[in-house]
Amino acid sequence: MSYIKPSFVHPALPRNKVGYLKRDYEGTISTLCAGCGHDSISASIVEACYELNIEPHHLAKLSGIGCSSKTPAYFLSNSHGFNSVHGRMPSIATGANLGNKDLIYLGVSGDGDTASIGMGQFVHVIRRNLNMTYIVMNNGCYGLTKGQDSATADFGSMSKSGGGISTPFQAIDLVGMALELNATFVARSFSGDKDQLVPLLKAAMSHQGFAFIDVISPCVTFNNNKGSTKAYDYVRDHIEVTGALDFVPKEEEITVSYEAGSSKSIELFDNTKLNLHKLAKDWDPTDIYSAKAKLEATKRKGNYLTGLIYVNPESKDLHRILDTVDKPLNQLNEAELYPGDGVLDGINAGFR
Amino acid sequence: MKEATTEKDTEISVNDFVIRFANVNGTGSASANGLFAKAIFRSGVPMSPKNIFPSNIQGLPTWYEVRVSEKGYLGRREGIDILVGVNPQSFKDDVESLVTGGFLIYDSSRQLHSEFLREDIHMMGIPMMRLSMEHFEVPRHQQLFKNIIYLGATVALLDIDIQVVRTLIEEQFAKKPKLIPPNFKALDIGFNFAKDNLTCPLPIRLEKRDLLEDKILIEGNEATGLGMIYGGATMMAWYPITPSTSVAKAYEKHASKILVEKQTGKKKFAFVQAEDELAAIGMVIGAGWNGTRAFTSTSGAGVSLMNEFIGLSYFAEVPATIVNVQRGGPSTGMPTRTQQGDMMSSAYASHGDTKHILLIPCTPKECFEMASLALDMADSFQTLIFLMSDLDLGMNEHICEPLEWDKNRKFNRGKVLDANDLEKPDLDWGRYLDADGDGICYRTIPGTHPSKGGYFTRGTSRDEYAKYTEKGEVYQRNVDRLTVKWNTAKNEVPKPEFYQNKNKGELGMVFYGTTTYAATEAMEMMEEKGIIIDSMRVRAFPFGQEVEQFIEDHKEVFIIEQNKEGQMRTLIINELEFNPKKLIKVLNYNGYPITADHIVEKIEEHLSIRDLLR
Repeated sequence: MSYIKPSFVHPALPRNKVGYLKRDYEGTISTLCAGCGHDSISASIVEACYELNIEPHHLAKLSGIGCSSKTPAYFLSNSHGFNSVHGRMPSIATGANLGNKDLIYLGVSGDGDTASIGMGQFVHVIRRNLNMTYIVMNNGCYGLTKGQDSATADFGSMSKSGGGISTPFQAIDLVGMALELNATFVARSFSGDKDQLVPLLKAAMSHQGFAFIDVISPCVTFNNNKGSTKAYDYVRDHIEVTGALDFVPKEEEITVSYEAGSSKSIELFDNTKLNLHKLAKDWDPTDIYSAKAKLEATKRKGNYLTGLIYVNPESKDLHRILDTVDKPLNQLNEAELYPGDGVLDGINAGFR
Repeated sequence: MKEATTEKDTEISVNDFVIRFANVNGTGSASANGLFAKAIFRSGVPMSPKNIFPSNIQGLPTWYEVRVSEKGYLGRREGIDILVGVNPQSFKDDVESLVTGGFLIYDSSRQLHSEFLREDIHMMGIPMMRLSMEHFEVPRHQQLFKNIIYLGATVALLDIDIQVVRTLIEEQFAKKPKLIPPNFKALDIGFNFAKDNLTCPLPIRLEKRDLLEDKILIEGNEATGLGMIYGGATMMAWYPITPSTSVAKAYEKHASKILVEKQTGKKKFAFVQAEDELAAIGMVIGAGWNGTRAFTSTSGAGVSLMNEFIGLSYFAEVPATIVNVQRGGPSTGMPTRTQQGDMMSSAYASHGDTKHILLIPCTPKECFEMASLALDMADSFQTLIFLMSDLDLGMNEHICEPLEWDKNRKFNRGKVLDANDLEKPDLDWGRYLDADGDGICYRTIPGTHPSKGGYFTRGTSRDEYAKYTEKGEVYQRNVDRLTVKWNTAKNEVPKPEFYQNKNKGELGMVFYGTTTYAATEAMEMMEEKGIIIDSMRVRAFPFGQEVEQFIEDHKEVFIIEQNKEGQMRTLIINELEFNPKKLIKVLNYNGYPITADHIVEKIEEHLSIRDLLR
């Protein structure tokens, strides 16, 4: 069900550098439960796209099936969207991206969609380093089918629908898995922390390669109870951040300076900069070993490590691996694809 | 030891025989056998090779059968006239497979056990392995050149021009010229042994002709891969599965040469080996949604895995093309044998009410043409198209007309709105709005316009403007429009081929794909016996008016196909609502390509029973 929003525009509303209002990045009114973490993430996506000055038609949003996968209807209504089949969004994104490298691809998935049915496609899209941002709205349960445990539900966690029985299985940690697979951008955030999530989204969308953000996003209806490790209260009390991130677009100068030793500046492929400060101890965002160690140490304490966890500024995306032409493949015309006069004659001759 | 071949009288027979090579796979025999077939092709005589191979890399029996037919019959024929038996595992069965009066060429390096002797055939021993060990030192060479030695012997026995074979060897090893002299040497060893010890040529022999003009010898899968390149496919995603793998290999091989930007060496295509068939078709659909021509190739098991996505392509109306190179099913079935066993599962693939356009080629040239047609139709009908090949067509070489491409041909990209179209002030555009009444709506490609044309593609029900809806009447209106689209397709799919100018009688026969070779031969065999049957080759699903009319016009119609259930017959009954009693099954489903003898036998059997009942 979609509701229509009022179309009146106040002339004084601010526009971004490409001339769009923030509302141009919004979608239809959400039909998710009131208080759902996913809606906060949608709001952060709107904010990030507005601030990044992305023209809405230069972004394609893709999803699988589930509550999380419904959200692309709730942001960027001027962008093309593709709500595909359960767990298979990565392959749709791969084909779309190979067809047109010039668009920004924003994939939205959930913990069921990614960590169970879609695990195969998730690990392989990481392996191919597809240039896309992949968000998992992680609530540890299957909301749309009324609250069954998902594969990211922590061992011992108790959901509302579990009937007082705690999860007997070990959780799949998607961040740990992404690091293990050498994903080139790995981050975790919390739907309730917009200040952290917006710069992470901007950095992810500027990264040339696969950018993964696991966003803990409590399910208010089925998994926000006492005993659940994905409840708002629990998550708020168990967060450890890697550091504070400032995203600096390529045209802007760095104005703030931080104390030496506690900050780091990372330049991405497109000359945008990630400035990190208040760095956690024993952690370097460009060193995958320290990222893995930091993640593991935090996990042992029963905490969530959030913020940018790892980035590889040397990342080479699938198009560069495959060495495709600069022009998007979907724009090559008959003349550009014609192999040339006499070529087929030569091929025929080879079969005589 | 000289074993005579002239004791038993045999009439001289020119350019009409079947020779079978029985080998162990992984021993290098494919190269020698391929040279044999190509030598006959170069001699200007029609022939068709069939590779009957195991699902294995090394050590199991494999056969290579070549039918030579001056009359141009290119289907398989029953009865083996000459057998080159070099596989001890299958030797007993191989000896038994020869026709009475046939010729057995075997390795006499060791004494032949008496249980293998047959009085009614000609036994010709050639000490292949012994000769090879005498002349070559490295064990691997001894094994490989043993094959060339028997090739040399067959060249002498069948009176093939040895120079033709030498030229082929030179071409084959043009990049490794060191290998030419030892191959020549082995060829001569076998040739000379046969000349000195056996009566050459045999009464069954080859004579040069000029019957093939500028025809080519090519595997269907190679032609399919090329057709996709010429048809503008710039993305291919696939997962390895016999017998479709060589489609992907052909696409990559040729695209790497002819779809490359000259100045930079960069590729004008993306070739992705996916993690499974689900991902492969997902990538094709993603590319199609983005306005990129894309395809995948697979076989039955792969199509089963793709079913969910196939429904998405159909219902969300996203262009996609699947090449289904059919093999023996169900389940893993006979993965290296041929069948037309996926006609129904492809036609109605996926859950819910789904139907798909099938294009059914019968020659490599048609694979080439239908590949580009599939891409055009996927775009113009905004749906999923199956190109229905099979193992026989895909993996065996076939003689056909040379491939042709009109350089002025435009890709039919279908109803796509660009930025200018979207600017038109009076435009009432809905992604699923049938503005033209043909069931096909206008689509937009992501990235086209800053504020117009964006929509949400989904597999759920939606209204004409792509907005989610659960209203029953809106859903129904949409699926009824898909029926309108289906009916539009009936007029645009390839028309059937007829083998008579006008219908001559009450009997008809219907066939498709590789069954055509044997069916047209059977048609002539029956004509000689005075049985007149009108014939139609179906080239596509849905069935157009011509198909319906042909069946309507005949009292009894034989449906000849290579599966157990008579799947084309079921499609005809289901779609055209003919009385099943007038549609008679003529089936072959043992995994070997169907033969004309089999068809004639089954049709005659039916006719005699029917006459008895009258």
